[in-house]
Amino acid sequence: MSGDIKTSDSPAGDEPKRGMMETERRIDDTRRRSQMLSIWKRLCRNKLSIIGMIIFLILVLAAIFAKQIAPYDYSAQDLTNALAMPSAEHWMGTDDFGRDILSRVIYGGRISLLVALLGIIISLVAGGLIGVISGYYSGTLDGILMRIMDVIMAIPGFLLAVCVSAALGSGVLNTAIAIAIAGIPGYARLMRALVMSIRGNEYVEAARVCGQSGFRIMIREIVPNTLSPIIVDTTLRIGAYILMISSLSFIGLGVQPPEAEWGSMLSAGRQYIRSFWPIVTFPGLAIMATLFGLNLFGDGLRDALDPRLKK
Amino acid sequence: MLKFVGRRVLWLIPVMLGAIFIVFAINAIDPGDPVSALLGGSYTQEQYDDKKIELGLDKPFIVRYAGYVKDIVTDGDFGTSYTTKRPVSTELVERFGVTFKVAVISILIAIVLGLPFGIISAVKQYSIADNAVTIISLVFASMPGFWLALMLMLAFALNIKIFPASGIEGWKSWVLPCLASGLSFIATITRMTRSSMLDVVRQDYIRTARAKGLDERTVIVKHGVRNALIPIITTIGFQFGILVSGSVIVETIFSLPGLGTLMMTAINNRDYPVIEGCVIIMAALICVINLLVDLVYGFVDPQIMEQMKGSKKARRARHKTMGAHAL
Repeated sequence: MSGDIKTSDSPAGDEPKRGMMETERRIDDTRRRSQMLSIWKRLCRNKLSIIGMIIFLILVLAAIFAKQIAPYDYSAQDLTNALAMPSAEHWMGTDDFGRDILSRVIYGGRISLLVALLGIIISLVAGGLIGVISGYYSGTLDGILMRIMDVIMAIPGFLLAVCVSAALGSGVLNTAIAIAIAGIPGYARLMRALVMSIRGNEYVEAARVCGQSGFRIMIREIVPNTLSPIIVDTTLRIGAYILMISSLSFIGLGVQPPEAEWGSMLSAGRQYIRSFWPIVTFPGLAIMATLFGLNLFGDGLRDALDPRLKK
Repeated sequence: MLKFVGRRVLWLIPVMLGAIFIVFAINAIDPGDPVSALLGGSYTQEQYDDKKIELGLDKPFIVRYAGYVKDIVTDGDFGTSYTTKRPVSTELVERFGVTFKVAVISILIAIVLGLPFGIISAVKQYSIADNAVTIISLVFASMPGFWLALMLMLAFALNIKIFPASGIEGWKSWVLPCLASGLSFIATITRMTRSSMLDVVRQDYIRTARAKGLDERTVIVKHGVRNALIPIITTIGFQFGILVSGSVIVETIFSLPGLGTLMMTAINNRDYPVIEGCVIIMAALICVINLLVDLVYGFVDPQIMEQMKGSKKARRARHKTMGAHAL
C-alpha cells in the first residue's frame, strides 16, 4: 500500500508533505523538551525530592559496583565468627553462617533492582502492547482487552504475584514474571489513555494519509510520544515492585538463599530475633531507605508535574 | 440509583468468573505434581492413575473449571483439601473471621487517626506540626509491613514483654498484628488526606465560605473535608485490598489462624483446592468492598448521586456535553 503511493507520487510531491510532518514533529519535540525542562527545574527546587533522588542514586550505584564496594564476598562463610555484633571489621555484624551482613545488604540491593528492572520491562512490554492495540483500534477488541484487564485488577496485585510465584517456583526470572503480571493492567490502561489522546493528532492523520500501515504508525508516530508519561509512571512504580519482591522472598517464594535478597535475609534471620537483633534490622532498614528515597522523589515528581502549582 | 446498583452488582459476576479462571489457570501450569506429592516416594503406575482420577485431575482443564464453578454456585462447595481431607469451605469459614477482624480494626484505626492528622497537616501547611506529620507518615509509608511486624515483635513482645509474640490469647494478641498492618495504612491515609485537603482549601468556594463569615471550623469540616473525601475513600478501598493480601505475611509472622496462614500452608503443600478457595474468598471480599466504595461515593458527592439517579437519556446527553468540552 505504502509502496503504491510512493511510486505514483512524484518525489517532489512527497517531499513537502513529509517536510511538513518533520517540522511539526520538531516543533512538538521542542515544546516537549521545554516542558520537560520546566518540570526538571521545578523538581530541582524541591529539596526533599532531590534528597530522595540522591538516596536512590546511591543505592543504584552501590548495586552496580557491589563487587568493588562490598568489604567481603557476600557468600564467604566464617563459622568461627558467626552472629558477631557490629564492629570495625563487620559494620553490621555477621549472620548465622558468619557472612558479612553489610556485604549481603549491598548485594541484596543488586538483586532487588535487577528483578524490579526485569519485572518493569516485562510488564511494560506486555501492558504497553495491549494498551497500544486497545487504544489504537478501539471498538470490540478494546472492550474485550479492557474487561480482561479489569478482571486481573480485581485480584490484589500481591495475591496474584504470590499465586504466580508459587506456580512458577522461585528464582530471579520467575519472580520478575510474577510481579510483572500484576503490573500489566496498570500499564495497559495508562498506555491506552495516552494512545487515545494522541491518536487524533494531525501528524498521525498525516501518516495515515501517506498510507503507512497501522503497525508502523503505532511504532513510529504514537509510541515515541507516550514515553515521558510512561517514564514518570515507571519511576513511581519501582518502589512498589521492590517491596513486592522482598515480601515474596520473605514468605519463601521469590528469590531464595543462598542468594542475598533483603526479604529472604529477614526471613532466614527471623529465628534469631530473640538473641541477635542486627540480622533482622539492617536488611529491613535497607528496604526502608530505598522506599523512603523513592517516595520522596515520587512526591516531588508528582508535584512538579501538577500544572496547578505552576507559578 | 437502583439501576446503577444492580448493574454494578451484576458486573461482579464476570469479574469473579474471570478471577476464578485466572487462579485455576495458574494452578494448572504449576510444574509441581500434586499426585506424586500426595502419594509420597513409592507408588505403582496403577495407584498413580487411581489417585489422579480420585482428584479429578484426569479431566481436561475447561471441564474441571466448569465443574468447579458449578459446585461453588450451587452448594458453596470449594472441593476437599488434599492434605486435611476436610471440605475447603469449612476451613475458609473458620479462618475468615481472624483475617476480617484484623483488616477491619486496622482500617478503623487508620481512619480515626489518619484523617485528623491529614487535615491538621493541610490546614497548618508548612508549620512544625505539618512537617512532623509529613516526615513521620513518610517513614511509616516506606516501612515494609513484614519488617515493621518483626520490629514490633522485637520491641513489645520480646524486649518489653507486654504483648504476646504469637497465637491468640485474649485482646492483647490483636494489638501487634493490627499495628503492623495498620501503621503504614495510617500513613497512607494521612498523606492522601493532606494532599486532597490542600487541593480543596485553594478553591474559590472555601474563600467564599470564609468571606461570608463562617467560623473556621465549619469552613474546614463542612466545606473542606466533605469535598476532599472522594480521593480518600478511593484510597481506603484500594488499601483494603493491600491489607487483605498482606494478611498472608502478617498472619505468618504472628502465627494467627487466618486465611493468610491457611494459604501459605496450602502453597507449601501444593494443596490446590485450598489455594484457590483462599484467593477466591479474598478477591470476593475486595470486590464487595470496591462495590461499597462506589456506593459511598454517591452519598458523599451529590453530583455522582444525581448521575446514578439520572435516566440513561439524561446521562447520554451529559456525556455528550462533556465530550464537547473535552474537544
